[in-house]
Amino acid sequence: MSMHFIWLNAFLGHARRNGVRLRKPRRQPLEPALLYEVEAAGWGRVAATARRFGMRWADTWAVETEEGFLIQSLLEYRGDYLLLRTGQPLQGAVLESQAPAFPAALRVERAMRDLFGIDFSGEVDRRRWIRHQAWTAQCHPLRKEFPAHGSGESPVPPDLDYPFLQARGTGVVEIPVGPVHAGIIEPGHFRFQAVGEQILNLEERLGYLHRGVEKLAEGRDAISLARLAGRVSGDTTVAHAWAACQAMERAAGVQVPDRALFLRALLAERERIANHLGDIGAVCNDVGFAFAMSQFGRLRELWLRMNGRLFGHRLLMDRVVPGGVTIAPDQDAIDDLRQEAHWLRGELETLVRIVENTPSLQDRLIGTGILDRETALELGTLGYVARASGVRHDLRAESPCAPYDRLRVTVPVHETGDVADRLRVRADEINASLDLILQILNQLPEGPERAGWTPPPAGAEGLGLLEGWRGEVVAYVRFGGEGKVDRYHPRDPSVLNWPALERLVRGNIVPDFPVCNKSVNGSYAGHDL
Amino acid sequence: MLRILRQIHHTGLLSESPTELEAVGREARRIIDERYSGSLAIRQVDAGSCNACELEIHALNNPYYAIERFGFHFVASPRHADILLVTGPVTRHMEAALLRTWDAVPAPKWLVAAGDCAACGGEFGASYACRGGLSGLLPVDASIPGCPPAPADLLRGLLSLIRRG
Repeated sequence: MSMHFIWLNAFLGHARRNGVRLRKPRRQPLEPALLYEVEAAGWGRVAATARRFGMRWADTWAVETEEGFLIQSLLEYRGDYLLLRTGQPLQGAVLESQAPAFPAALRVERAMRDLFGIDFSGEVDRRRWIRHQAWTAQCHPLRKEFPAHGSGESPVPPDLDYPFLQARGTGVVEIPVGPVHAGIIEPGHFRFQAVGEQILNLEERLGYLHRGVEKLAEGRDAISLARLAGRVSGDTTVAHAWAACQAMERAAGVQVPDRALFLRALLAERERIANHLGDIGAVCNDVGFAFAMSQFGRLRELWLRMNGRLFGHRLLMDRVVPGGVTIAPDQDAIDDLRQEAHWLRGELETLVRIVENTPSLQDRLIGTGILDRETALELGTLGYVARASGVRHDLRAESPCAPYDRLRVTVPVHETGDVADRLRVRADEINASLDLILQILNQLPEGPERAGWTPPPAGAEGLGLLEGWRGEVVAYVRFGGEGKVDRYHPRDPSVLNWPALERLVRGNIVPDFPVCNKSVNGSYAGHDL
Repeated sequence: MLRILRQIHHTGLLSESPTELEAVGREARRIIDERYSGSLAIRQVDAGSCNACELEIHALNNPYYAIERFGFHFVASPRHADILLVTGPVTRHMEAALLRTWDAVPAPKWLVAAGDCAACGGEFGASYACRGGLSGLLPVDASIPGCPPAPADLLRGLLSLIRRG
């Protein structure tokens, strides 16, 4: 712990001078985060202090207990996580908003108002967010008293009266797009205000994929929760299942065998590579370079077939389970994986050279959809989107969980923040992940792939934190009686990257929106839960 | 440009033959040629999927499956579609959009539930947020199980649909 939290006293001093008292409880159940209790009246001020201090906001979520709500905000500074917790009564809960300090918190607070009925004062935007027309403003689905089956009224009317920001003036047009899009993609609504082809403003309207994940988690056992977590966002099944298992294992004090940890990282890096391969092709295809789509599609397909052959599932669903993994690669499999890594590196070299040296393609990618570093920091942008804008943030390097603490992690960073750089970062990351895979295979410890599961006592809680392919994935789990889950809250990195898309398309032309969107590739399902 | 051409030449034709998949595709091609003037258009709608089904439906277009050579085409508008391919447990927030999309598909038309969620609710089932699948909302002509169904399963599911006519 020596190098960790060396900044903490300075921060506590700032908070004290701003009149916020922080208290460190003796029990620290949410490691690696350090838990501090904050008086409710200081909720807004502590965020303002944290912002001035240079901290990054990662998430805010509520837990309903018999005594009242526990509301917690997760903040990060230099790779250390601080978890601030405050209490509120179950009726008439009102807190100061943290969104004036951290703009990305706004939608999360709006969702908490919709789902829990917790109000926030001092918010610039008090519109509903996750709620459409399936329940009324008086109902709060994540409250314990709200029945999981709901009211059952059907069909639910379309959500027509959401007050979008309007632009007025000569030549201004409004373009509504979605929720059903013109491709094989997830649903969401985009409202453009444009002059001619130029985008003045984009407003996202999400929530169409709200499946009630957090409600469905209640009452599940550990294995069943891991299955659900693996379907928060199907392209991130490994990272979400791992984060949920990490949280549950920490809550239960279950030691995961070394071999299982290395195998989890193997799966997570395979997931990263599969998604990057697919998206590099798709980004190129969105500006008409179909060659890259077929070539990268070919590599992705072979990669997924290897998943299917060696691990029994092309997308690796349900391979990460509480206590370990369900895969047990033998020596032949490990040889195949090693060979495959060398093969892909060769293929990639040829294809990346073509992508980089095709002027008609680069002409469409360079300078398109720029997210500058300042905006990326202001919004708390994550993953390759941040790293293409010069923000070097990667949990595998800065706050590594096992086994990354025993691996050499390269973090590619580019500076321009345009579509071309986001593509470059992702191509570089494939190589970095291949390097990690080879390290994992070389260092793979012997031993069991799975430890037994011991359900924790009621009230036990844990936090999962790791770098998924889109960026930081957070999971919080609290157990109730009989080893059943009382609260599960996952935070997909997309929650922080969707706002970045709104900013980076401004001033671009409407026909470049698809390539901008694909270069960020936020998860709709992971956001909407 | 030369590099691109060299790479294309070097990659060659990947579409698979004479695997079992190829046989499935050829039968689909024969039926589509005989009964549907050579093409069937599919419009896909995500009604609550976790995106895994979309990834595998996408894969049908990669050079290994290249589903278009069998006569199936993915189209952008429901107005151009013969088949509506739906994924997800039908979230209540997508109900209206899904019904409108179905109405926009001209008859005669088929409705296919792709994946466990659309077929029966899958991991999500029925709740305040989901209908628990397509049946009960719209007449389902075929279901393709799987979480998610692999591309070959999707192709087999589509073949069994058109075989019945």
